Amino acid sequence: MTEAILRVAFSGPHVTIQDAGRPGLMRYGVSASGPMDRQSFKLANAVLGNPPGHPGIEISLGGLSLRCKSGAVTLALAGGGFIAETPDRKLGAWNVLTLRAGETLTIRPGPWGSWSYLAFAGNLQAESWLGSRATHGSSGFGGGKLAMGQTLTITNAQALPNREGPIPCPIWARPRHLLRCTLGPQDRFFNTETLNTFTSARFEMSDAFDRMGLRLRGPSIAPTAALSIPSEPILRGSVQVSGDGTATVLLSDHQTTGGYPKIATVLADDLDAFVQCRPRDAAMFQAITPAQAIAITRQNAIRFAAFEDRLRRA
Amino acid sequence: MQPTPNAPIFRPIAERAVLVEFGTVLGQAAHQAVLRLDQALAAQRFVGFRESVPALVNLLVEFDTLATDHPTVIAHLRGLLTAQTIACPQPAQREVLICYDTDLAPDLAAVAQQSGLTPEAVINAHLFGNYAVFMYGFAPGYAYLGGVPKAIRLDRKPSPVRGVAAGSVIIAGAQCLITTLLMPTGWWIIGRSPTAILTRDPARPFLFDVGDKVHFRRISRAEYEAAQ
Repeated sequence: MTEAILRVAFSGPHVTIQDAGRPGLMRYGVSASGPMDRQSFKLANAVLGNPPGHPGIEISLGGLSLRCKSGAVTLALAGGGFIAETPDRKLGAWNVLTLRAGETLTIRPGPWGSWSYLAFAGNLQAESWLGSRATHGSSGFGGGKLAMGQTLTITNAQALPNREGPIPCPIWARPRHLLRCTLGPQDRFFNTETLNTFTSARFEMSDAFDRMGLRLRGPSIAPTAALSIPSEPILRGSVQVSGDGTATVLLSDHQTTGGYPKIATVLADDLDAFVQCRPRDAAMFQAITPAQAIAITRQNAIRFAAFEDRLRRA
Repeated sequence: MQPTPNAPIFRPIAERAVLVEFGTVLGQAAHQAVLRLDQALAAQRFVGFRESVPALVNLLVEFDTLATDHPTVIAHLRGLLTAQTIACPQPAQREVLICYDTDLAPDLAAVAQQSGLTPEAVINAHLFGNYAVFMYGFAPGYAYLGGVPKAIRLDRKPSPVRGVAAGSVIIAGAQCLITTLLMPTGWWIIGRSPTAILTRDPARPFLFDVGDKVHFRRISRAEYEAAQ
């Protein structure tokens, strides 16, 4: 069995091991976790011929540096306009390269994007929790956060020189500022004027942006009364509004229940590209009907499958 | 239109979920209706079912957008409600061990003082409660138990305390919870339990199902240490 051993020479905060996540456990207080940008993560795996949920690494704006101690492994880097450097090469994300013993790969933020994904031609060894290696935010269970000095083992590591080269970056993987959503489920706690403000105003992303959620700045969209609604289930993409009128979009490591009213819920597909925005970027909401949301998602699925299929065949 | 246990409101969410509301304020009838529908759904799933999440007065049902849609899911759920002749499932009875030693129960004295009781009376009141799992939330295995007796119901603290150990038994209002992680909390810490809610058993990773009845059994420090 061929192994590649990588040492984490540097790891910024919020750099974690992820796979497709662990859906189905919200009733036990466990959010699904998984990649912030699920589509880029899937493409990184697709280009290497991996199954869609193959474990990989999610890299934040904090960056990551890996030194290959032994063996060799081909890697795909997709998601965001990050920069990947080895001693003799400087590449953008959306590339496949091979890392060999003695070489160091440093990945850092580039001109755009907030999250990038590293997939391996081999099996990244990581702790599993409840059937998934995705890191669960609040508990740290699963694959976990990467830490400086840590060693990563890739079993069945393969060097695939014929796979090396650029990955086409689809336009829909670039930052998205217009978020399509359905109103509710607690839109009744907001008056018409506030709902109009919500769907017409320009919001701005704040620095409060992590795997749990993203707080927005903008006009107040306060609910009509100081409310205490019974805690109820939350979805990824829920836009919850605190009493002072501040909106937060909940993301991969969201809490499973909460008592703040949700003014709207963003389409899952739009979140993938939305999380590639950066603090101070604009965000706007467009209300659509549930039927339109379904039609859009089904069209997206066809488009995504065709693109993924081309990568797999290449 | 206000939802009621007999006439729920179905709210479609985004491209992938329906929230079934049986009420807008806490109430036993609404919560029982949530549990009944959740149970009926477990027995009779629809094509494209992803997951259901029972909460206090509503049930979230998530589905695969490529396999089904809101109207189909709502029709299935309405069908389950109409066909429902089954009584609420017989809840399982779970036991949670608790040690009230002072160093494991840093807020026992404060709860006693604010309730006008002796610490021993607070303990007895806590042990006397009829608890049921209303829902999970906040973090893995955080099961919200309703049923704290009126005599020891307090508002949460003005600000949370950091670094509260896993296994702490905490109360606020009518709710009680056994923590599973080192976490901040603004609830009152009245004891420590060696009973694992995250069981590490892959076949049954969580001790409780929503709806389970729970009672606390007092143990000595020696028993607590032995059960650790």
